[in-house]
Amino acid sequence: MQFRQMNSQKNQQHLLWRAGFGPSFQDLHYPGNKSPQDIYKDLFQKSQGELQQLIVVTATSLGIEKGEMMRSGINTLTNEQKAKLRKLNREGFKKLNLLWLDEMTNSPAQLREKVALFWHGHFACRVNNILHQQELLHIIRTHALGDFKTLLIEVSKSAAMLSFLNNQQNRKKKPNENFARELMELFTLGHGNYTEQDVKESARAFTGWGFKPGGEFVFRAALHDGDQKTFLGESGNFSGEDIIAIILKQKQTARFITEKAIGFFAGSIPSEKIVQKISDDFYSSSYSIPVLLASIFTSTWFYEEKISGNKIKSPVEWIIGIRRTINLDESQKDWQLIMQKLLGQVIFFPPNVAGWPGGTNWIDSSTLMYRLRFPILLNGNTVDLGNPKNDDDLEMGRPANVEKIKSGSNGISNKLSLHADWVAYTKHFEMISRDKLMNAVRSSILIKDHLDQAVLEKHVNRSSREEYIRSLTIKLMSTPDYQLC
Amino acid sequence: MKRRKFLEGSALFTGSILVPRFLKAWEQPGIEKDGQKVLVIIQLSGGNDGLNTVIPVRNDIYYKSRPGIGIKPADALSLNDEASIHSSLPAFRELYNEGSLAILSNVGYPNPDRSHFRSMDIWHSASASNEYLTTGWLGRYLDAMCSGCDHPSQILELDDTLGLALKGKWNKGIALRDPKRLFNTARDRFYEELATTANVPQLESAAAYLYKTMASTVSTAGYIFEQSKLRPSSHTYPQTKLGQSLKHISGLINSDINTKVYYAEIGSFDSHAGQASLQQRLFKDLNDAVAAFTSDLKKQNRFDNVLLFTFSEFGRRVAQNASNGTDHGTANNMFFIGGGLKQKGFINAMPDLQNLQDGDLKYNVDFRDVYAIVLRQWLSADDKGILNRSSNYLRFI
Repeated sequence: MQFRQMNSQKNQQHLLWRAGFGPSFQDLHYPGNKSPQDIYKDLFQKSQGELQQLIVVTATSLGIEKGEMMRSGINTLTNEQKAKLRKLNREGFKKLNLLWLDEMTNSPAQLREKVALFWHGHFACRVNNILHQQELLHIIRTHALGDFKTLLIEVSKSAAMLSFLNNQQNRKKKPNENFARELMELFTLGHGNYTEQDVKESARAFTGWGFKPGGEFVFRAALHDGDQKTFLGESGNFSGEDIIAIILKQKQTARFITEKAIGFFAGSIPSEKIVQKISDDFYSSSYSIPVLLASIFTSTWFYEEKISGNKIKSPVEWIIGIRRTINLDESQKDWQLIMQKLLGQVIFFPPNVAGWPGGTNWIDSSTLMYRLRFPILLNGNTVDLGNPKNDDDLEMGRPANVEKIKSGSNGISNKLSLHADWVAYTKHFEMISRDKLMNAVRSSILIKDHLDQAVLEKHVNRSSREEYIRSLTIKLMSTPDYQLC
Repeated sequence: MKRRKFLEGSALFTGSILVPRFLKAWEQPGIEKDGQKVLVIIQLSGGNDGLNTVIPVRNDIYYKSRPGIGIKPADALSLNDEASIHSSLPAFRELYNEGSLAILSNVGYPNPDRSHFRSMDIWHSASASNEYLTTGWLGRYLDAMCSGCDHPSQILELDDTLGLALKGKWNKGIALRDPKRLFNTARDRFYEELATTANVPQLESAAAYLYKTMASTVSTAGYIFEQSKLRPSSHTYPQTKLGQSLKHISGLINSDINTKVYYAEIGSFDSHAGQASLQQRLFKDLNDAVAAFTSDLKKQNRFDNVLLFTFSEFGRRVAQNASNGTDHGTANNMFFIGGGLKQKGFINAMPDLQNLQDGDLKYNVDFRDVYAIVLRQWLSADDKGILNRSSNYLRFI
């Protein structure tokens, strides 16, 4: 009986990490006999609520008309106006980043925000325009749990994606193939499931798709190539919408999205038979994202030993996981931006249109040491984290930093200290007797645990019950095991 | 001797599943010190303007395109009848005069990308511009020469984070600001005890990868630190990030370390406005650091075994913009410095300013061909396997 309860707690934790950003202490109070299927239903229900757009800038707050944010308009501004605009843009990105991270941390709609993060990586878009990115994020969050067709069309018509993939330059007789190519290679079919001719033909269908200065989609009929195209074996005077419909007719699209979703949420791919079944169900449901998700999160294989606790947390999952475990002083937020940079995942700035590769790519000697050393910050220590690399796409036009080393070997610094609410944290364990404390803390912090108890006991502070809980928590967070979910 | 002592003194090397593989890595025969070739790469981040670095002083188009920022012959250091070098790079001219510097012009790739990040991504991964790779060219070199070993100090980056160039599929290089700092960061009994006691069942699991990386970091940090103390450079270097990086590199080159590639960076060269002062400042930094480094290496009799090259993610447009700067362009030049160059001075023709594509230089040397010859000729590696392409071999190394 006790074993079954343990097991069920592990399954709950596993689900809450993969379908959300890890359990909060409230979540750990799910009754032990509640099945993962019930909890998933609960998560899904909580994600159906009304969605508030995350807004950090408006045309008015920028003090200019929306159109001037764009490359085509920016040249008409004075240097001071440009500098002001760049600053507002840069700050807008930071604000929107932190605002979304707050949402991931605090929203009861854990599933929606987690799935939105998946789509954010899938529809990877690196455009240095905060208004457009703000809109794209809204599209992704709105349709995260809707149907894939609507999501795909909305993303394809967003100013952010159209400008990132150069479709503004895609014109009749002068096609730009970038959008059409990535639409198939990375968003729907996957490499090898279409020909170069298909790229050429479909690029013609997207001619004329563009956006107005304010970011609204516009179809410019005069630039559109209305002639016949032959695409994936079908011929007609196809529009962009027709091309997307033909792409969705291919079972391969369902298969591609299915594999990607399984990779993201489960970490490793189950048997071919299972993948095919999930993919077929997704296809027959007309690309219902809830159908796809349910077939992952409520399946038996998802709870197998080789799946749970065997996925490396992305930097964002790692940050939010810490925040959901312990409350940090709300006035300190910038550490999240620094850690995103140091650990290699800055929201809104994926490395390229293929998104973040994930898995073991997150971990090298530097990123692992940052992750292992960070938790001592929660103890009130100041830690010198070093400097992330510059991103020149973001720094554009700012004077170069000629960095001088100050005296002493630790002169260059990114010193951080945080304030964590340990009083509230230790309260969660007040009903646990001292001899059971080690296991209670361990099992709430780690999903899978390869640690030697003697080593832990040796490194914790036993001067008081509070110190014991605090130091044990910090030590547990400073292990390789904590990087897993 | 010292290495042994470190091994014995470390709890990491007792009773762990990780030990046998580690010991294997440690006990690989030491690499011969004399004659060991070393590659040093300096990344000029932000897109350095190649045309104002090596200046075509006889070219009217150059001056017409750049009325505000074109550098007059009198304001630059002459290399030959046609070309001068930026006045803040006197050490480069000296190296040129003594035959230790080569200039390769018009380096780029087809369908160039003008985003800093993406173009750097392409240079780091050595991909085509419509191809997305998740590993870097030096990381794949590490994979090729280090299969089954857990000891990634063959490629080192002098920075706080590791760039894509040094990340392989199985192995990743090490990033360090300086050897002591890395050592102090990684030296923690807790990590060592975890590594030696953890019960990690499957070698192929994510947990095993994490434990392996942790153990490898702790041991490699110790190894690099020990090596850095053997023969630290006593030469004077500028107190800049690049200067200090090259000083650490010099000390390690003179140690018994197994490192073959060092990676350093300077920037940002993104000169959209006020280019003259920006380039002057960064070039002085670059010049002084490289001057100290090359004279140090010569003093240590190591200059012939070191090849240093510079690159940038792209060059800049031929015509200047309205802010006395230049915007993102395409092809660019690269410097090669060392005592062992086969071809010196100008390896190929200067950029053809009459034959532009939409106002940009056309590349005629693919940067992957440069990597290929460096891998094959300098590092004795299988360039085809690492770059996954057949290359046109250049002959200057």
